[in-house]
Amino acid sequence: MIPLSWNRWPRVDHRKIISVNDRSVPLPFCEGSLLAHGNGRSYGDVCLNEAGNLLMTRGLNRFMVFDRTTGRLQCESGVLLKEILDLVVPQGWFLPVTPGTRFVTVGGAIANDVHGKNHHSAGTFGHYVCSLELLRSDGQRLLCGQEENKQWFAATVGGLGLTGLITWAELQLMPISNAFMWVQPRRFSSLSEFWAINEEAEQRWPYTVAWIDCLSGTKDNVRGILSGGAHAPAQAELPCFKEKSRHMPLTPPLSLVNSLSLRAFNAFYYHQPIKSGITLDHFVPYFYPLDGLLDWNRVYGRRGFFQYQCVLPLESSRDGISKLLRRIGASGQGSFLAVLKTFGSKPSAGMLSFPREGATLALDFPNLGEATHRLFQELDAVVRDAGGALYPAKDARMPSDLFRAGYPLWERFSTFVDPGFSSSFWRRVNS
Amino acid sequence: MIPMQRTVIFGATSAIAQEVARQLVVRGGALYCIGRNSAKLDALLADLRVRAGSGQVIGGEEADLNDLTRHESLLLSAEKALGGLDALLVAQGSLSDQKSCEVSPDLTVREFNTNALSAISILTLAANKMEAQKAGVLAAISSVAGDRGRQSNYVYGAAKGALTIFMEGLRNRLTKVGVSVVTIKPGFVDTPMTASFDKNGVLWSNPEIIARGIVIAMEKGSGEVYLPGFWRFIMLVIRHIPSRMFNKMSL
Repeated sequence: MIPLSWNRWPRVDHRKIISVNDRSVPLPFCEGSLLAHGNGRSYGDVCLNEAGNLLMTRGLNRFMVFDRTTGRLQCESGVLLKEILDLVVPQGWFLPVTPGTRFVTVGGAIANDVHGKNHHSAGTFGHYVCSLELLRSDGQRLLCGQEENKQWFAATVGGLGLTGLITWAELQLMPISNAFMWVQPRRFSSLSEFWAINEEAEQRWPYTVAWIDCLSGTKDNVRGILSGGAHAPAQAELPCFKEKSRHMPLTPPLSLVNSLSLRAFNAFYYHQPIKSGITLDHFVPYFYPLDGLLDWNRVYGRRGFFQYQCVLPLESSRDGISKLLRRIGASGQGSFLAVLKTFGSKPSAGMLSFPREGATLALDFPNLGEATHRLFQELDAVVRDAGGALYPAKDARMPSDLFRAGYPLWERFSTFVDPGFSSSFWRRVNS
Repeated sequence: MIPMQRTVIFGATSAIAQEVARQLVVRGGALYCIGRNSAKLDALLADLRVRAGSGQVIGGEEADLNDLTRHESLLLSAEKALGGLDALLVAQGSLSDQKSCEVSPDLTVREFNTNALSAISILTLAANKMEAQKAGVLAAISSVAGDRGRQSNYVYGAAKGALTIFMEGLRNRLTKVGVSVVTIKPGFVDTPMTASFDKNGVLWSNPEIIARGIVIAMEKGSGEVYLPGFWRFIMLVIRHIPSRMFNKMSL
């Protein structure tokens, strides 16, 4: 199977695909550069290394130590977040930060310093990494953490796998009472309404996120649903939950996502019946709605799709988000639901971390070739003007100047890059 | 259903055996794991201890199973650590480099030792123990490659074939006293053993799926199982190709 990233584009050839399953041995010696590839859930070329070698890390899937009283978990870097949750949720612990899928590895979550719906209250994944081991191509093993090798730690968190191989990490988990969430959804019918209720929701809820219908309008009448959530406290009675997941059985020759299906789906989603007040929901559908359709990325057909995720700083976010949505609305391209969320002020732990105070917008676009790239150039211009940044974990095409503008520490970061490591992404934004 | 509360696994750090060990642990079993590489064995035991409940015995030791003289003491220490033995899984093996074997009788014999003789030695000792206690499960991972000699891997295939036939005989002997002898025949599995293979195609499976099949087969005390099951039909066809035709094919 050729390794792909989650959006199934680009397709590149590698020299060698090497399985790593023993954390105690040195890196394999081979011609060409190395790059770790976990479970392939990042987008674009950040997890690909054209003409180089890929270290497949899913074999590094062992737990090392778990202290049930303190919630400290040490595990190898190829362990999936799902495997952690399966182990710790019944024992009253949870990941303090989780992205929208459980099928990412610990190493991938660190390398992309992922964020969740609770960024405003909790920060990023990197904030809960107590320490990690970095294996360099010269054979050195660096123990990095908030105390030791701090600079290496800051380079490796959000470091896109370029500083060496993360062999294991120690995480601080968060206590929970049970597997359920309190959830409160609220409809809004304009951006200004979103900003108002979002501010209030962030005060009240540790988790907030908004789904918006990006095709709903060309002015300010963007509609959507904002939902707040919190881990439920001790309950007298909990509902039953049985997880069901389905496979997308095949890759259709053409994308099933087009302006007709989009409009229909988004309207349907917006008008779904919302229970008033607060409801109790299991954490799996709450955090991972898309994990229920395994291989949902196939919906977009053989040409794959793009995700466009940007962050705009606080001061320019209101203006910038409405400009972006106007451009997208006018283009008629777009995704099943866009995600809009505000990031809090806690500075990220990594030099190249994506989250920063402001607002982030994420959308999927079917790959329509030229038309899609033209739209992206327009969106790039808005992001550039607003002083924002694109998310490398979701990128397959950002120009090098936009990367450098969005990540001012990139030069310092490059001094930490392992000379034996590289990625298609890294070569692209540095060419 | 046969209770497999106390299991010893030989070659426990192999990708398939590691998954079997995890599944047995979450079913409440006590485990004794034997592997050649101490770092990998320690990593596996730590992982199993994180998954285990308090009071669940997880033990193990390092050993090169090609050293047949150690087998008896390994079995004894496993039995002692677990307080008895309900099941045993032999999982060690190495995928022989056929081309190198063809020019080296020494290597061919060594590969035969790893894939057949070391397993046969352990099974011989364990069979007597299980026969005496009149209960238990003896399982070993053989291979579909043992069903017919093919030019691409007949050294490995011959060793696995020997193991399969040895176990068939053992089963014939032990069924009457209530001991099950389970031969596992996996097809292509995506593990470090097959790291150099191109994994395109629908025939490839992963260690978790194979391990689930092994645990079920051991619990049921099935005789011979192909994993995944469709290999039974593939091998049925391959076994029945007439020699004249078979010899012209490059399988």
